[in-house]
Amino acid sequence: MIVTFWLALRDAVQSLLANKMRSLLTVLGIVIGVGAVIAMLAIGRGAQNAITSSIEGIGTNLLFVMPGNIKPGSNPAAVSRHLTLGDVRALADPLAAPAVADVAPLVMRNEVVTAAGESHATSVVGVTPDYARVRNYHVTEGRFIDETDQAGRASVALLGPDAAKALFGRTEGLVGLMVRVRGQPFRIIGVLEPKGGGAMAGNQDDRVLIPLSTALARLTSHHNRVDVIMVSAISADQVNEARQEVTEILRRRHRLRPDQEDDFTIFTQDEFLGTFQTITSVLTIFLGGIAGISLLVGGIGIMNIMLVSVTERTREIGLRKALGARKRDILIQFLTEATLLSLIGGALGIGLGWGISALVGKIAAAAHADIVPEVGLDAVLMATLFSAAVGIFFGLYPANRAARLEPVEALRYE
Amino acid sequence: MPDLVIQVQEVTKIYRMGSVEVPALRGVSFEVSRGELVAIMGPSGSGKSTLMNILGCLDRPTSGEYILDGQPVATLNDDQLALIRNRKVGFVFQNFNLLPRLTAWDNVELPLRYAGMLRGTREKARAALEAVGLGERLHHKPNELSGGQQQRVAIARALVNNPAIILADEPTGNLDTRSGEEVMALLVSLNRDQGTTIVLVTHDPEIAAYAERVIHIRDGRIEKITTNRAAEEVAA
Ligand SMILES: Nc1ncnc2c1ncn2[C@@H]1O[C@H](COP(=O)(O)OP(=O)(O)O)[C@@H](O)[C@H]1O
Ligand SMILES: [Mg+2]
Repeated sequence: MIVTFWLALRDAVQSLLANKMRSLLTVLGIVIGVGAVIAMLAIGRGAQNAITSSIEGIGTNLLFVMPGNIKPGSNPAAVSRHLTLGDVRALADPLAAPAVADVAPLVMRNEVVTAAGESHATSVVGVTPDYARVRNYHVTEGRFIDETDQAGRASVALLGPDAAKALFGRTEGLVGLMVRVRGQPFRIIGVLEPKGGGAMAGNQDDRVLIPLSTALARLTSHHNRVDVIMVSAISADQVNEARQEVTEILRRRHRLRPDQEDDFTIFTQDEFLGTFQTITSVLTIFLGGIAGISLLVGGIGIMNIMLVSVTERTREIGLRKALGARKRDILIQFLTEATLLSLIGGALGIGLGWGISALVGKIAAAAHADIVPEVGLDAVLMATLFSAAVGIFFGLYPANRAARLEPVEALRYE
Repeated sequence: MPDLVIQVQEVTKIYRMGSVEVPALRGVSFEVSRGELVAIMGPSGSGKSTLMNILGCLDRPTSGEYILDGQPVATLNDDQLALIRNRKVGFVFQNFNLLPRLTAWDNVELPLRYAGMLRGTREKARAALEAVGLGERLHHKPNELSGGQQQRVAIARALVNNPAIILADEPTGNLDTRSGEEVMALLVSLNRDQGTTIVLVTHDPEIAAYAERVIHIRDGRIEKITTNRAAEEVAA
């Protein structure tokens, strides 16, 4: 059996080498197909990892409380109430909400910020001192917003590194300089460290932070309303308790009857993750599907070549049968060739896909998008199995056709 | 072992080309004994190759009975036919039919491999090539050999499985006179010295003169069978 196998393999290698150009062209289809599948899956997975880590980078054990009932499937007519500073104070009460650690309300406005003749459109976010802890923010110079700023509605600002670059062309030596928001001057008290990436979570480095009290007074017309309340649970396994406490407190404060739906929405970080992961896995499946089609086309290429090869070698098949080859022997011979071809193609394709992934990773790194394509073992296994299956499937038809020929008919073939 | 290697009774072959029927054999009966050298002669298109293909189990007769080495062929399935072609028959073609990619040695080894033999195939193939005088040409590919040498490789390939019979369809048809004579000398010596049963097709009366009997075919029928005195005398 093993000897037969080796002989079949030797014959296949000989015959493929005898037609180097044709073999090469056949293999090319599979190489491109498998390469595409591997690269696409790797890039999809890289994107998924990037999103996961950027969402995890927002902080830990977080709940996002937003005004209005915006969960899918809910009644759109449900009254949309607002979240107020009163709500924030109630949530921050450790007796009413023991599972809640920090409460960080914020308002966010798109503004044009100017400095030294430069202007830059960015998000201006009003935050409390707790925000630094909740979001795990650090400064590269200066300091964060403190209680004094908050209490005094101070006109101070922290720049994200990208906003700093856009306005000043640098991220250092900015403390004490001025920027203007809606024409009003703000003194720079610090520069935030880069958070990086966050392709889908918005650029977290291109923003300007000011005290919440200042933002409410100067940027909003309802000085009591906040856009989002970020709540951190005291630990990861307390997230659900925290959610329940927040829900109860807000429902009571908003005077909702038991039959009424919530007029606010709570997302946990896990739900965000889940949503984005659904999006990226759809993306991955989509990319993989496209790549799969090219693999199929490669397979048809193999079948085409096998058909040509069988036709070209009809006399050879006739002769082999005249010498005592059974149907099975001919079948094995051609199947071995087809399988060998597609396995070689698969191996080269894995190399190609790996190369493309590495290249995309380099380009992404150069563009500061931290997508690191990840070639998974499962993708490699899948591509290998698939290319072998393609070879066997598409080799089977012409091989079977060849094996059925009567020796005389095949020998007479010109 | 039966004494008759070949028994053919009322064999016909009709080729169908669309709606047209071409009767290539119209009822042929004869026998070949073990150890005989039989020549088949006849004009072109008379049905010689058709008959040889049936004898070699490369094709099936339309009707009639063919018993090869005691075995009725009509009842055999594809795999059994492959076995017969492999073990009982050595076929020598007019145009050699060697695989161009393989060396002489590999070409001769091929029938042994299809016989499922795993050990000793190299040695057997080499011995067969030595027997036809090509022990020095083991590693040559067909296009590195003369026509006569190629046909001798083909004969070695036909011999290598010790078949009951060698069938040669115009084996010298593509050769010049000298190599043709060499090939014939080889076939005749196989018959005389080893007792190999041989049926060969030829146009050449000189070659037919080596045979003990000559079957003359015309229009798909046996016209006559002549017994060759000279051959008998040599045999005696
Ligand atoms: N495959 C075929 N299809 C149709 N007719 C054929 C075929 N092979 C041979 N013939 C016809 O059968 C007859 C005998 O052919 P063949 O046996 O090759 O003759 P020979 O070998 O004596 O020259 C010829 O008339 C030939 O045209
Ligand atoms: Mg002929």
